Amino acid sequence: MRQIEAFEGTHEIASGASRPRNDIYMIDNPKTGMTLIVKTITRLTVGLIMLFGIYIILHGHLSPGGGFAGGVIVALSFVHLMLAFGKDVAAARISKNMASNLESIGAMMFLFVALLGFLGGSFFLNVLNKGNPFNLFSAGTILLSNISIGIKVGVGLFAIFLALVILEKSSKKEL
Amino acid sequence: MKAINIIPLFVIIPLAAAFLTSLVGRLIRRSSEVIIFITSLALLGSSLYARVLLNSVPGKILVYKIGGWMPPFGICMVMDGLSSFMLVTVNLIAFFVAVYSLSYMNQYTDKPKFFTLFSLMVCGMNGVIITGDLFNLYVFLEIASIASYALVAFGTEAEELEASFKYAIMGSVASAFIFIGIAFLYSFTSTLNMADMARILAYKQNAWVIPFVGVLFLMGFGLKSALVPFHAWLPDAHPSAPASISAMLSGVLIKTLGVYALIRVFFNIIGSTHGYLTVLMFLGVISMLVAVVLALSQWDLKRLLAYHSISQIGYVVLGIGLGTPLGVLGGLFHLFNHSVFKSLLFLNSGSVDYAAGTRDLKETGGLGKLMPVTAKTNLVASMAIAGIPPFNGFFSKAIIIIACLQKGFTGYAICAVIGSILTLASFMKVQKFVFLGEIKDKLKNIKEVPFAMLFSVVCLAIICVLGGLMLLPSLRFFLDDAVSVVLKGTSYAGVVLEAASRQ
Repeated sequence: MRQIEAFEGTHEIASGASRPRNDIYMIDNPKTGMTLIVKTITRLTVGLIMLFGIYIILHGHLSPGGGFAGGVIVALSFVHLMLAFGKDVAAARISKNMASNLESIGAMMFLFVALLGFLGGSFFLNVLNKGNPFNLFSAGTILLSNISIGIKVGVGLFAIFLALVILEKSSKKEL
Repeated sequence: MKAINIIPLFVIIPLAAAFLTSLVGRLIRRSSEVIIFITSLALLGSSLYARVLLNSVPGKILVYKIGGWMPPFGICMVMDGLSSFMLVTVNLIAFFVAVYSLSYMNQYTDKPKFFTLFSLMVCGMNGVIITGDLFNLYVFLEIASIASYALVAFGTEAEELEASFKYAIMGSVASAFIFIGIAFLYSFTSTLNMADMARILAYKQNAWVIPFVGVLFLMGFGLKSALVPFHAWLPDAHPSAPASISAMLSGVLIKTLGVYALIRVFFNIIGSTHGYLTVLMFLGVISMLVAVVLALSQWDLKRLLAYHSISQIGYVVLGIGLGTPLGVLGGLFHLFNHSVFKSLLFLNSGSVDYAAGTRDLKETGGLGKLMPVTAKTNLVASMAIAGIPPFNGFFSKAIIIIACLQKGFTGYAICAVIGSILTLASFMKVQKFVFLGEIKDKLKNIKEVPFAMLFSVVCLAIICVLGGLMLLPSLRFFLDDAVSVVLKGTSYAGVVLEAASRQ
């Protein structure tokens, strides 16, 4: 009964349920988001940023970076979208509940990969085939760990940003 | 599976519980409560089993190599007498608090989120206790701290948010000090494994780094354990949290993150010198007296209890700072006893709040007739914390006082006695204003709290009564093994590395 109420009123914004799901309508709406220049550049780059994040995650065991760095870049692509087009566009793609569920799933996956080690007799043991060095599919469970960390960090950071945006909105409404 | 595989379970079980509750807690009603009950029971069971297992191992030490990497190259988990003692304490309190929360948290919304944070906090504390790697200790310390910042703010009212913010700032400053200390030690020794670090420090002595790092750790862990010059956040943070979390924070969190980590770093890694021990004893005595005087004038029940936490931590640190076998025994025994009776007192304050809707001592009164179980368990806990003979608090305080006299610190012994008398005075005030006297009109209709809450407080009260039995020769191993780890000092390094190569 003493829990936060501010969050409750913003569910439909976060889940996008009561908003038109037509992205084109929202993207071309000049009233939300930044100028046309920013929107056009964002449309061109946002996919590339996300792809780069995924590349960093998948090549974590071969090159600098990994689950955390790649996850941050993936989260930034969504934050970028949100800054350029207004929060509804990005929030329509990932809702608050979905973000929170994905975050838990990422953490559970990481724990599962760690528990796989018990097959070989020890927690966190790298039980899978190590493969050839410098191949994409090598280094055993490290790739799986990176993917799960990437999900956890990417969705987690995005959820933090979403929460800040939603709470900022609701406090303005009260004033 | 081999029996040694039980060691990582102390981290795996609460971590899995945390994310499972956040995943299925919202989908299936009451599933989070079932998960939390089962996992906390499993943790209590495995901590007791691990304690028994330790008796059958030569050297009474178990080293678990994560991922099969030999220390110092990989992270290892070390279970010795002290870790096992702390694990039993933490998981015992966590189990009773979890059972209590099943009913108590009904007055808040979003129970699954609460249990997620609760499990993360338990995970962090178990990790701090079990790890054998200094940076790993820092990571788990942050997990436990950040979960506790969120839990303090769980009520999300202005006062709670402010307390949580203050706690977060002070906690972050403490973490920063600890982090800088670890960085200096790492650059000096080129290793993060605690045993290896102790080994290298033993022959690289007389460096300016050691006293510098010692001061950093003293400030960091002192802030975490709320010793008196660093105590300002505690009287705000602990009363603002939900009562079950106050019980965890006062009962075990400040001891695990503060006192336990302090013991590990100062006794087992850096090596205790006369200077550190003097500072620890002095801080202990100051905390003991200042906090109890401040507690006397409080009218908010939980705030009063929070000040007593600082004061009782003073006893623990005084006992450990003495550095003699008897002093350390008293300190560790008081640590266990304080976790039991302070969580009991906080849970009872939560029961009063739950039933009467207030915790202001001026507004309550006469609840003893309406809430007989709460009143009686609170009497037991008050007697225990004040050090009245048949209860567990008497034995530990008596040991600390005798140890002070034995080492010739008569003044400190007198201070401990004075602190104890003032504690008794302030708990007589609690009993008088909450449970005795006339019932106020608006409190006439209140009822005793639900079964789950009563179960926890009654069990904790029984432990308070029987706690003194731990000094019996057949049960002494529980405390003696912990004391021997502290007294072994930096020879911890050799023991761990030898056990790691053997197991």
